[in-house]
Amino acid sequence: MKTFFRKIGAWLEDRTGIMAAITPILNHLVPPGAKWAYVFGSATLFCFILQVVTGIGLALLYQPSSDAAYQSLKFITDQAMFGRVLRGIHFFGASGMIIFVGVHMIRVYIMAAYKYPREMNWITGVFLLFLTIIMGFTGQLLRWDSNGVWSSVVAAQNLGRIPLIGTTLARLLLGGDTIGAQSLSRFFAYHVFLFPALIFGLIGLHLFLVIRNGISEPPKAGRPVDPKTYRKWYEAMLKREGVPFWPDAAWRDAMFGALVIIAIVGLAITFGPPALTQPPDPSLIKTTPAPDWYMLPIFALFALVPPRTESYLIFFGPVLAVGALLALPFLSGTGERSPIRRPWAVFGVVCVVIFVGALLVAGEIAPWSPRFDTKPVTEFVSYHNPQLERGAELFYKKGCQYCHMIRGEGGLKGPDLSLIGRTWTPDQLDVQIVNGKGGMPAYGGSLKQDELRAIVAFLSVQK
Amino acid sequence: MNQEKSETPEKNPAVAHSHPGQDSRRDFMMKVSLGLGGLAAAAVAVPVVGALVAPLLEDKPEVWRNVGAPDQFPVGTTKLVKFENADPLKWAGETARTAAWIRHEADGQFVAFSVNCTHLGCPVRWEADAELFMCPCHGGIYYRDGTVAAGPPPKPLPRYDVRIAQGQVQVGTAPIPITKFSDG
Ligand code: FES
Repeated sequence: MKTFFRKIGAWLEDRTGIMAAITPILNHLVPPGAKWAYVFGSATLFCFILQVVTGIGLALLYQPSSDAAYQSLKFITDQAMFGRVLRGIHFFGASGMIIFVGVHMIRVYIMAAYKYPREMNWITGVFLLFLTIIMGFTGQLLRWDSNGVWSSVVAAQNLGRIPLIGTTLARLLLGGDTIGAQSLSRFFAYHVFLFPALIFGLIGLHLFLVIRNGISEPPKAGRPVDPKTYRKWYEAMLKREGVPFWPDAAWRDAMFGALVIIAIVGLAITFGPPALTQPPDPSLIKTTPAPDWYMLPIFALFALVPPRTESYLIFFGPVLAVGALLALPFLSGTGERSPIRRPWAVFGVVCVVIFVGALLVAGEIAPWSPRFDTKPVTEFVSYHNPQLERGAELFYKKGCQYCHMIRGEGGLKGPDLSLIGRTWTPDQLDVQIVNGKGGMPAYGGSLKQDELRAIVAFLSVQK
Repeated sequence: MNQEKSETPEKNPAVAHSHPGQDSRRDFMMKVSLGLGGLAAAAVAVPVVGALVAPLLEDKPEVWRNVGAPDQFPVGTTKLVKFENADPLKWAGETARTAAWIRHEADGQFVAFSVNCTHLGCPVRWEADAELFMCPCHGGIYYRDGTVAAGPPPKPLPRYDVRIAQGQVQVGTAPIPITKFSDG
C-alpha cells in the first residue's frame, strides 16, 4: 500500500514538479529571532482565506439583487443550516482581518522592516490595507437592510465631494441616480469579483517579495541599514544562523493562525452576526445608520471637524494618507531600524493609535447626534407649579432634550443643563433660546411667548 | 550581470546570424500580433466598460408621482410622502421607493424637501413640535423652510418640484441630491 502511494506521489512529482518548486520556499532560511512578533502577517492571511471560504459559502445562499437580498439574508440567518454561524464567521473574520492588518503594519513600522530592500513589500502592503478597508465597507453594504442602503448613500455622498468627477462617481457607485434595482448588484460585483481579484494578485506579490527579500531580522540598535552592504550582510547572517522556515518558524504562524480562527468561530457561535435592521426601503427614514466598528473612527472624524473644512478633508485626507504611507520607505529607507533609536517614530505610532482609538470611542458614543430615544424629563420630575410642569414638557417636546442632558437623561450635543439655573439668568436663557448660537437652532420663530417663558422658568429652577 | 547580457547575442545564433530579410519579417509579424492583441483587448473592453458606465448614459426623465389629495395635508403641517422613483426596474422591489417631506405652507402652496441631509445623505426627520428637521447621523438641523439651523450640513435641504394636478398633489421625481466639493 505504502509503495503504491509512493508511486503515485513520484509520478505526480515527475509530471508536475510541485514539490521541487515548493521545497525551497519551505526550506528557505529565516533569521533566528523571527518569533511571535512575526505572526500577524500570516494571521491576516489566515483571516483572508477564512473570508474567501466563508464568502463562497454565503454566496451559495445569498441573492444579490436589490429586491431579494434582505429576504435571503433573513433566510441565511434564521433558517439555513449553520447560516447564522457562517454569517458570524464572515463578520468576525472581517474584523480580524482589519485588526491584524493594523497590528502587522504597526509591527513593521516600529521595527522599520520597510527599509531597504523591502520598500516594495511596504508599498504592496499599503495597497492591501486600503483594499481590506474597502472590502469591509462594501461587505457591510451587502447586508442590504436599511443600514446597508443608507451606508451606500453616505458612500455616494463621500464620493460626490471629489472635485469635478464626484457626482459621476457617485452615480456609478449607485448604478443610477437613485438607489434601485442596479445598486446592490454593483456592490456585489465589487465585493465578490473586482476587489478580491486585486487582493489575490497583491497578496501573491506581497508574499513573493517576502521570500525574495527575506524576512527582516529583529532590529538592533547601532546596526543601521546601509544599501551598499545590507544584502551581503543579510545573506551571510542567514547562512550563519538562519533557521529553515519550515518547521522552525512556521509552527508559530500555524499555531497562532489556528487559534485566531478558533477564536473567530467561537465569537460567531456565541454572538452571531450583526442583527439585520429594517428592510432596505429607502422611504423608511426612521433609521440611525451607523457603520461597523472599523469605520467608526472615520465617521467620527467627519462629525467632529469644522464643517467648512470637511470637503477638503474628504478629498485630500485619503490622498494625503496614501501619499504619506507610500512615501515613507523613500523618506526613511535606510539607517537605524531599532525603535530605541527612533523615538519619534514610536511616539508617532502611539499618537496615531490613541487618536484612532479616541475617535472609535467617540464614534461609539456619538455625542454629536440628537438622542431621539431619550426619556422625557416629565417621567422623572414633576412640579406643582403648572408653568414649570409645562416647561418640563416643552423641554422634551421642542427637541431640547435630544441635545441637552438634564438630570442624567438626554443628548450630549449641547451642554448639560442640570445646573444651568445656578449660572444663567432668565434673561440670558431667553436670549440664547430665541437667537440660538453656537450650534443651537434659533427657536425665536417657533416658540410662542408663553412657551418660551415656561421653558425659561423650568431651566431657571435647575440648580 | 552586465557581462552576461552582452554575451547573450553571441550565444543565440538566431539573433547573431539572422538575415536582414528575416529580421524585418519577424519585426513585422511582431507588430501585427501586438496590434491584433490590442484590438482583441479593446473588443472585450467595450462591452465591459459599457456595463460599468451604462447607468450614466440613461437619461431619466422627471416623472410626476401622485402623493395624495391636497386635503390630506393640513395647512402648516409637514408630512412624509412615499412614492416610486423615476425609472424602477422590476427587480428593484422596495428599493424603488423613495420619500420626500411635503409642507403645506399656505392655502395651495406646497413645498417638497428631499429627505437626504446635505451633509452625507442621511435621512432627516421632521420633529413636528420643535418644527425642525433633524439628522440622526451627525446632528445636522434644519428649520422648517429647509435652511440650516445647526450642525455640519453645508447647504439647505434640496427641494423637489411639486404641483397640484388632477386633484392630486404631485411630486417630481429627482436624483438623490449629491453635495459637491464646491458646495461645502
Ligand atoms: S448626514 Fe446629516 S449631519 Fe451628517
